[in-house]
Amino acid sequence: MTPFTILSGPITLLDRPNIDTDQIIPARFLRKPRSAGYDNFLFADLRTRENAFPLQPHTVPILVAGANFGCGSSREGAVYALVDAGVRCVIAPSFGDIFAGNAGKNGLLTIELPDAPARLGAATTLAIDLPAQTITLPDGTLIAFEIDAFRKRCLVEGLDDIGLTLVHSDALAAHEAALPPWSAPRAG
Amino acid sequence: MAAPRTLFEKIWAAHAVTTREDGTSLLWIDRHLVHEGSFHGFGMLEHSGRPLRRPDLTFAMADHYVPSHDRRHPIADPEAAGLVTTLAANAARHGITHFGLDSPDQGIVHVVGPELGLTLPGLVLVCGDSHTSTHGAFGTLAFGIGASEVAHVLATQSLWQKRPRTLRITIDGTLHQHVAAKDVILAVIARIGAAGAVGHVIEYAGSAIRALGMEARMTICNMSIEAGGRAGMIAPDDVTFGWISGRRHAPRGAAWDAAVAAWRRLPSDPGAVFDRDVSIDAGQIAPTITWGTTPEAALPVTGRVPNPDDAPDAAARQAIAGQLAYMGLMPGAALEGTPVDRVFIGSCTNGRLPDLRAAALVLKGRHATIPGLVVPGSVAVKREAEAEGLDRVFTEAGLVWGEPGCSMCVGMNGDLVAPGQRCASTSNRNFEGRQGQGARTHLMSPAMAAAAAIAGAIADVRKLA
Repeated sequence: MTPFTILSGPITLLDRPNIDTDQIIPARFLRKPRSAGYDNFLFADLRTRENAFPLQPHTVPILVAGANFGCGSSREGAVYALVDAGVRCVIAPSFGDIFAGNAGKNGLLTIELPDAPARLGAATTLAIDLPAQTITLPDGTLIAFEIDAFRKRCLVEGLDDIGLTLVHSDALAAHEAALPPWSAPRAG
Repeated sequence: MAAPRTLFEKIWAAHAVTTREDGTSLLWIDRHLVHEGSFHGFGMLEHSGRPLRRPDLTFAMADHYVPSHDRRHPIADPEAAGLVTTLAANAARHGITHFGLDSPDQGIVHVVGPELGLTLPGLVLVCGDSHTSTHGAFGTLAFGIGASEVAHVLATQSLWQKRPRTLRITIDGTLHQHVAAKDVILAVIARIGAAGAVGHVIEYAGSAIRALGMEARMTICNMSIEAGGRAGMIAPDDVTFGWISGRRHAPRGAAWDAAVAAWRRLPSDPGAVFDRDVSIDAGQIAPTITWGTTPEAALPVTGRVPNPDDAPDAAARQAIAGQLAYMGLMPGAALEGTPVDRVFIGSCTNGRLPDLRAAALVLKGRHATIPGLVVPGSVAVKREAEAEGLDRVFTEAGLVWGEPGCSMCVGMNGDLVAPGQRCASTSNRNFEGRQGQGARTHLMSPAMAAAAAIAGAIADVRKLA
């Protein structure tokens, strides 16, 4: 995973609530292997339907969006499409829980910021400092944001989740040995 | 004496292997269900070179890409066929029990898991599918995960999770006749919003919930994700135990007695505190359908769609206008009587036997005036429905009786609604393009979908029945 520390660049604003993962990547593309590259699947139907759709692949690294971004289907393909299209950070008032979890595992930073479209939408560029947890506007205004300490560490260091878990192998084995017998599926 | 705890807190505490300083816990996973779409997760596992830790707790089912028409011929679509074959190959390589296309137990993962007794109270169950919340109907902590998490569970049988907050939704009173579980959950989502339960696990409680059978409880928990919930749960009771008893993978004998004794301790203790509480009067819930492209855009069938001019601000105005334009509806139009082009009855929300019975009861002796597809949630549901003659009710009414799978809920198997067509659907998502590019979806109960099939328009089942 590519480590995430400091990112500055142009933004685009998608000021709509409830952008679901079916919009981010329509279901018909989910059958494609990741090696195919998911960049052109990003918002495929919205980009076809709306000539002036604000987010085209490989144009901006930062997306500012409306509330509940990434709600709906658990498809990690939504994150692959954003990442493959060059998006490294999405800022929105809130996110679908599964989407936010998937994002963190693929080096995509999600920042929860109340009223994000109103506060940031007028900016053309932003500077994001993940270690310092700040967003800087072109006029120098500094906005602090919150993020889970562990998610931050994984993003900053580009850590492998499974490798980290295996450190706890003994605790897992102990838990496994103490499971109630009824919890195992009875042999059919 | 220990502080009173919620159902969720008891299961969480029993599964936390270790907890970090930031409050994130490593949870033991009792059951992992995989489907064709889990190929990314298997790919990551292969890439890491790690073995699958507990194949005996992992179960594979083909549902998203399987055809709903005659299965005597190979799947014509090579990519879909490839994904169904890849799942079988991954299952064989890792020693996972697999319910493939030709299995007498095949079906939608959220229908088959409970049917086979794999879903039990007090367990933590995950699947790379957001509608995993369905299994919470059994008092199971069940939630959808992404592909990276699928790989993590395959390798470690565990998952790091930030502890969600708790939301209790109490529904007291008695549901009116012709008001179904689907109407209840659509009314809940309309009330709290599509992001109303983000970061929360929902517990559904109250006399109206207690009065429901297991399939209806599954319908409700299934759509918890449509309110943004991390999971949805219902306390297990005698209805739950009776439903599970005797199922293939459920415990038997002394293990069953020990299990039931443990399960009886699961319900939230009197005085347990939830982070949030919402109450809804069951008697106020009418047959409910969606008008827009988010599940929160739901109204009683007797309602009128909103007018953007009445919205409180520019953003809300734009959101309503955008949905009306996509749906091809006029501001302020009555829902009832809106012409519909086709009907879909099925899905992990409403593809179980009582759902099909409810639709058949409305359709019996009547004729559909528009095309429609009825897809049972599993081979077992199909078998039982055919034994009752439900298939004949549907086909005699002019609808197509299909083979089990996700089908037109998500269209991955090619069952698509044509661009611009309006579909009365018992599925769970009315998102733009969900049932096909440009497709217009109205979510509703099986009985309401049956009424729409007869009228060729959105109809109030109470006037037909």
